[in-house]
Amino acid sequence: MGQAMRAKAEIMDAQEMRRALSRMAHEILEQNPDPSSLAFIGVHRRGVPLADRLAQQVAAIEGRPTPPVGALDITLYRDDLTTVGPLPVVRRTEIDFDVNGRSIVLVDDVLYTGRTVRAALDAIIDLGRPARIQLAVLVDRGHRELPIRADFVGKVVPTARREHVEVRLAEVDGEDRVVILERLDGEDGQA
Amino acid sequence: MRAGDRGEARGTWPRHLLGLADLEPGAIEQILETADAMRQVFDRPVKKFPTLRGRVVVNLFYEPSTRTRTSFELAAKALSADVVNVAVAQSSVVKGESLVDTARTYQALGADYLVVRHASAGVPHLLARTVQVRVLNAGDGAHEHPTQGLLDLYTIRRRKGRIAGLNVLIVGDVLHSRVARSDIWGLRKLGANVAVAGPSTLMPVGLETLGVRRFDRLDEALEWAEVVNVLRIQRERMQRGYLPSLREYRLRWGLTAQRLRRLPEDVLIMHPGPANVGVEIDEEVLVDRRSVVAEQVTNGVAVRMAVLYLMAGREGEAG
Repeated sequence: MGQAMRAKAEIMDAQEMRRALSRMAHEILEQNPDPSSLAFIGVHRRGVPLADRLAQQVAAIEGRPTPPVGALDITLYRDDLTTVGPLPVVRRTEIDFDVNGRSIVLVDDVLYTGRTVRAALDAIIDLGRPARIQLAVLVDRGHRELPIRADFVGKVVPTARREHVEVRLAEVDGEDRVVILERLDGEDGQA
Repeated sequence: MRAGDRGEARGTWPRHLLGLADLEPGAIEQILETADAMRQVFDRPVKKFPTLRGRVVVNLFYEPSTRTRTSFELAAKALSADVVNVAVAQSSVVKGESLVDTARTYQALGADYLVVRHASAGVPHLLARTVQVRVLNAGDGAHEHPTQGLLDLYTIRRRKGRIAGLNVLIVGDVLHSRVARSDIWGLRKLGANVAVAGPSTLMPVGLETLGVRRFDRLDEALEWAEVVNVLRIQRERMQRGYLPSLREYRLRWGLTAQRLRRLPEDVLIMHPGPANVGVEIDEEVLVDRRSVVAEQVTNGVAVRMAVLYLMAGREGEAG
C-alpha cells in the first residue's frame, strides 16, 4: 500500500468474526458428510490462521481429531509478475499431507478479483488430484474478474474499487477485526 | 492481489547478475530465502512452477561446461522457461565486436536472459552494457562465478543455520579461482570469517584488504575451520610452473583421508566440482557424511531458480 488510507467503517468485530467462522464450520460439515476426508489449505498469509481456526471448529463440533491444515504460497503461480515491479517474496508452501482424494477447503481472507484463487487452484492441482476443492472466505467484496465464487462466506460486503478491505487477525495483527479503508487519491484500493 | 499482502517485496533488484561484489547483503539474503522456497520443487509430483512460462533463456557458453550449463538449464525449465543452449567453439582471442554481435542476435531472436560463460573477465559486464537482455554471469575468467558463490552460501546456511561468525576456509588455487572470489565476497558480506590456504604461488595479493586471513600450513588452518571449501586444482598450472608436482600438492595441500580423520564431527566439506580425486581431495573425503558435495549440486538448481525469478521483474524497474 503505502498510499494514504482512511478508515471508513468497521464491518466485523471479534465477536462477529467468531460467529461467522463458527457458522462456516457448520456449513462445511453439512456439505462434507465424510469429515475424515477433509483438509484445509490456507493462502499465505491471513488465510493460514483462518484455515487453522476453521479446522479446529470442525474438530470441536464433531468431537474428532483436527483435520490436516496446510499453508499455500501462490507467488510462483501469479499472473501479474511482469507488472508488479519489485517481485513479491516467495514463501514456503507447507502441505505435508497427500492431497489426492481429499476434500480440500481452500481458505483466504478476502475474495476480490478471484485471481489469487485461480493461482491457488493451479498450485494445488500441481500437488495431486483432490476429490474436490471448495472455497471459504471471511469477506467477499465483489468485483470478480474471473468466473469464481465462494462456497462458504463469512460476510458479503459490497465495496467500491477505491476501497480496501483489511482483515486483521489476532495471530498476525494482534486483534480480530475487519475494516474498510478508503484511498484518499481515489485510485484502486486492493488490486 | 496486492504485493504488500502476498509477500512484502523488498527493495529493487539489479537488472543483471554480474558478481557478488556488486550485490547488497540484503539482496543476497533475499536470494537465499527464495532458494528455500524453490527447493521444494524437487519434492513435488510436478517438478515445475509456471512462473516464467513464455520466457526464453539462452545459455551462451564460450568455455566448455557441463555442470553449470545443465544446472541453469534445469533451473530455467523448472520455472517453465524455454532454454536454448549455445556452445561457442573455444577461441583464444574473441573480438569484442563479434561477442556483442552474438548477444544482439539472441536479443533479436527474443531472448529474455543471457547466461554467459567466458574465459575473459568482464565479458558479462560488457554485454550487460550493450544489450537490453538480462545478463547472468556463469563464470568470467578468474573474476567471478556468482551463482556458485550463492549456492555455496546457501549450502552453508542450510547446514549450519547461519553464516555470520562462521570460520570458512578456502583451500587451493585461490589465484585463478572465480569460485573463491565470489565465495569471499559473499561470505564477507554476510559476516563470515574467511581464510585461505594454499601454495604461495597461487595466492593473490591484497587478500588482507578484503579481510581474509592466510594460513601457511593446512593442518593449522583445518584446526581453525568450521567449513572447508576445497578448490579444484587445474593440471595446466603445473606446466606454467605454479606447482612442482601433483604428488607434492596432495601431501601439502590435499584434503586426504588421513587429514579427514582429525577433523571434528560437525565440519562441513565442500568442493565446487569436478574434483581431481587423489589430488586436492580423496575419494574417502568426498563420500564422507561431512561432505556436502552432492547437496551443493542440488542446491545449485534452487539458487539459480531464485535468481531467474528475482530478475524477472518489470522492465526498467531494476536499479
